[in-house]
Amino acid sequence: MSQIVNSGVARRIIPCLDVRDGLVVKGVQFRDHRVMGDIIELAARYRDEGADELVFYDITASPEGRSVDTRWVRRVSETIDIPFCVAGGIRSVESAGRILSQGADKISINTPALEDPSLINQLVKAFGSQCVVIGVDSIADEGVFTVRSHTGTPDAMKTPGRQTLDWLTEVVDRGAGEVVLNCMSADGTRAGYDIAQLAAARQILPIPLVASGGAGAVEHFISVFEEADVDAALAATVFHSGQIPIPELKRTLAAAGIEVRPC
Amino acid sequence: MSIAVVNSGGANISSVLHALRRLGADPKFTADAAEIRTADRVILPGVGAAGSAMEMLEERRLTQVIRQLEQPVLGICLGMQLLFESSEEDDARMLGIIPGRLLRLEEGDGLRVPHMGWNSITNQAPDAVTEMIDGKWFYFVHSYAAPVSEWTLSTSIHGIEFSAIVRKGNFFGAQFHPERSAQAGAALLNSFLETPL
Repeated sequence: MSQIVNSGVARRIIPCLDVRDGLVVKGVQFRDHRVMGDIIELAARYRDEGADELVFYDITASPEGRSVDTRWVRRVSETIDIPFCVAGGIRSVESAGRILSQGADKISINTPALEDPSLINQLVKAFGSQCVVIGVDSIADEGVFTVRSHTGTPDAMKTPGRQTLDWLTEVVDRGAGEVVLNCMSADGTRAGYDIAQLAAARQILPIPLVASGGAGAVEHFISVFEEADVDAALAATVFHSGQIPIPELKRTLAAAGIEVRPC
Repeated sequence: MSIAVVNSGGANISSVLHALRRLGADPKFTADAAEIRTADRVILPGVGAAGSAMEMLEERRLTQVIRQLEQPVLGICLGMQLLFESSEEDDARMLGIIPGRLLRLEEGDGLRVPHMGWNSITNQAPDAVTEMIDGKWFYFVHSYAAPVSEWTLSTSIHGIEFSAIVRKGNFFGAQFHPERSAQAGAALLNSFLETPL
């Protein structure tokens, strides 16, 4: 286990909400009751529960070549007082600018960056590194990590032939401010984050790294911070199902010696 | 109370306006010199790079307007950095209201740049505007920081201490984003608006 350095920065807990046509598509269970659909109500509840940041992911936008509908972005920005990132369907400086001008703090791009890596440089030049998050979908196969694109719909998924660690090095060189590494082999298993892959990414990333894919229990969050030294952990199902309430997660992390922002 | 939020040209500064409206304020988003000069409070937001932000202020003929303001002014994030003399970023010359030069944050050994996330702050000097936020947590996103100096009101840590809040006379600066820092951020904005200065 690597020794984590207390840099002064709290480790972040980030719920990810899937959005389609301006609605959250999966139900979300909070401690008291189930909330379906309304982005603003869900965002406000996660804010109140102590989430450090939110990611809104338009799950259909990119494969269908659409761009996200930005009206809800403004409503989210008006309502919540924690940072949020919008992912999905952003494929130009113009579409990113539209999202940011509605009040999003960051935009995340995935497939469009693989199709045209210079888009990363253009976004950094236009808005600054701190706004530009690169989402990477990666599969581990016998210790080799390779990137996938068009992952929004299973039939459209492609293998662009890039090794994940090479791609991460490139996105840093192009000025990206943060990476969300979604380990697809772990995604949906709830068997834990892919520590080996995230630790390998950590070794080469001087910028913040967000772990994604595989969270199923509180211990998984402890191990991903302790063993892969990631800056943030993203999850969807365990938060939406109510299985892991964020206040309880943060108390457990703090008790394990991991610095978090108190709820 | 009239509040002017300086339109310094960045793409994503509407969150500052949203935060002020949540406090019940009615901010004017403006690049108009007369509107800025006559406001009771002026907020200078900003994200992006120091050099291009200064160019935009110069294009809008606002640098001298801002330097001569006598009412309370709050610079946020890059807006705070612009109050200083210079920055290692682009070797930019800035407004020069507060003495000092912004330095790039150290990376490596568990330190990531940009510094992106929540940190607590520690008050180093008494001030009516910051007295209720000592020890609170705020959301930071930056790659350059002001070293601790006689103008530092509060510090935070990214490997080493840096200035989280500064003040020189009527000019305040916050390196973090109060508009994205939950209740603690709202408390600071409210204090800046409400404290008699």
